[in-house]
Amino acid sequence: MSSVHYREIEGRSGGFYALLGALGVLILAGAGAGWYMDHHGHYVTGMSNRIVWGTPHVFAVFLIVAASGALNVASIASVFGRDLYKPLARLSGLLALTLLAGGLVVLVLDLGRPDRLIVAMTHYNFKSIFAWNIFLYTGFFAVVALYLWTLFERRMNGYSKRAGMLAFIWRLVLTTGTGSIFGFLVAREPYNSALLAPLFIVMSFSFGLAVFVLVLMAACRGSGRALGEMMLNRLANLLGVFVAAVLYFVVVYHLTNLYIARQHDVERFILLDGGVYTALFWIGQILVGSVVPLALLFGPASGGSHRTIAAAAVCVILGGLAQIYVLIIGGQAYPQLMFPDKEVTSSFFDGVVAAYAPSLPEMALGVGGVALALALTAVALKVLPFLPQSLADGDAESVGA
Amino acid sequence: MSPDRRRFLGWGAAAAAGAALAPAFRLIELAQARSPEEAASALQRWGLLIDITKCADCDVCVTACHEENGVTGHGRPETDAQWIRQVRLRDKRTGYAQTLPLMCQHCEHPPCVDVCPTGASFRRADGIVLVDKHTCIGCRYCVMACPYGARSFIHEAVSGQKADVPRGKGMVESCTLCVHRVDRGETPACVEACNRDGGKAMVFGDLNDPSAEIYRRLRSEPSTQVRADLALNTGVRYQGL
Repeated sequence: MSSVHYREIEGRSGGFYALLGALGVLILAGAGAGWYMDHHGHYVTGMSNRIVWGTPHVFAVFLIVAASGALNVASIASVFGRDLYKPLARLSGLLALTLLAGGLVVLVLDLGRPDRLIVAMTHYNFKSIFAWNIFLYTGFFAVVALYLWTLFERRMNGYSKRAGMLAFIWRLVLTTGTGSIFGFLVAREPYNSALLAPLFIVMSFSFGLAVFVLVLMAACRGSGRALGEMMLNRLANLLGVFVAAVLYFVVVYHLTNLYIARQHDVERFILLDGGVYTALFWIGQILVGSVVPLALLFGPASGGSHRTIAAAAVCVILGGLAQIYVLIIGGQAYPQLMFPDKEVTSSFFDGVVAAYAPSLPEMALGVGGVALALALTAVALKVLPFLPQSLADGDAESVGA
Repeated sequence: MSPDRRRFLGWGAAAAAGAALAPAFRLIELAQARSPEEAASALQRWGLLIDITKCADCDVCVTACHEENGVTGHGRPETDAQWIRQVRLRDKRTGYAQTLPLMCQHCEHPPCVDVCPTGASFRRADGIVLVDKHTCIGCRYCVMACPYGARSFIHEAVSGQKADVPRGKGMVESCTLCVHRVDRGETPACVEACNRDGGKAMVFGDLNDPSAEIYRRLRSEPSTQVRADLALNTGVRYQGL
């Protein structure tokens, strides 16, 4: 097996600094939004006592789910021994770290008391899946950092398979934990399903790979590196399979609910008359997030061009955000079932679909988290050799030989 | 000995024995009671019984609760806190209408306590479910988990707080069963107001105490829990639902 030559990106071009500058502005806007929400309280957002988790949670959950999925490429290389993907393993590990960092920052800044982060680190209720997640997230940083070390340090290369296996298992547990945040909510009809854990795992495969493909294409283009057709087509095929897997789990989830009389009302809400949530489900999640990418990646018109694959990845990300929006916000907007067969009204908005519209600070905070993840990635690519000098098909094949 | 004298001595002996034993009974009673310094005990389980057939279409319980606990609004109903609310029900088939007060149900197995990452949501030994204002980080997972929509997130700075009821922006709160009054041996403000100005629909007491009215009534009359299917064993029970 020939060795791969990694090299930092040069990072001196005007384009690179413009990118960092633009991301910096978004990060500052996000930080400002976090401060604004903390200073005034959450009444300045679109959130309420009925929609307590708003747009920041949509972005945070997307980033956290995508983070574990971004590690997949490395897992395929190290754990499942596919040498073709080996040159991509470092970038895969890096994105796992930066996306998670972006997601966690959003989550923390959206707390009612972000100043009490230390309390969350020192007081634990181990029956809470949230408490478990604190360990799973911080542990993920450590495990992936260890894995990256085995990839970077020549003397440690021999341990990369074992470290990769640990990181792979850890990420499966981590995404199970993220899905279970909702799966364990017994009192809300739209959640309360063990299916949410595996659904979140396939979502992570799909969203993480979509982000990875886009970042890889942008990094190669920006740094003038070759990116072979074969390599990209393999990734695109994989993305298509993951998109189909997400669609499969979504279908099973809704079919199961449609079979249960008690769940008919919530299904009617999501699928038929839930207004913005129904629109986001069919147009965002199903059409843009699943059907269009599948057509782009596998359809007769798919030429496997860079542009088509990038468009498919963008669709997967937009559809993924719509999916999480429908799940988190639609799931709260739907009234909790307390008195079956009764119409319920109260001054606390019982029995009605809760109103919610994303506010500017929430959007700024969420987008700021994405910008932070991307900025950290860009800086890391400049300071450490995460990317191979070339990903042209010949070079990549020689690695796989 | 004349019968009168014998009867007199008999009564006298009984009275003396009674006088001697009474403090002992009183002591047993005192032993079960609790001084303010003492920790809450699992010997008690505080609860409410609400007969909604007597629930007049009034909101004295809501007003009394919010006054007692210093819960004031900012004219923003979607983000203002509500510890107790009047819920109106209408049967979808028959149109039969009812109204009831709904608040934290003080579950034996509270989902809010299960999900709280820091343990700020907790259940006292005597069954009262509370939020520790020192360790709540404002993550709102408990609000997501509560089956009764009983919790409020404090969306903005609060003023006019009561000495017994600390509150604060960025944290979650809900009905405390007026724990500060219960610890003084009083009943919750909602119950007091309902029995004074309302339909006399609410009974407060110790679900473990055979001499308590709530115990006797739950034993002899039908009652229900809201979302009994979740098997949370709520401390708040309803009649006529």
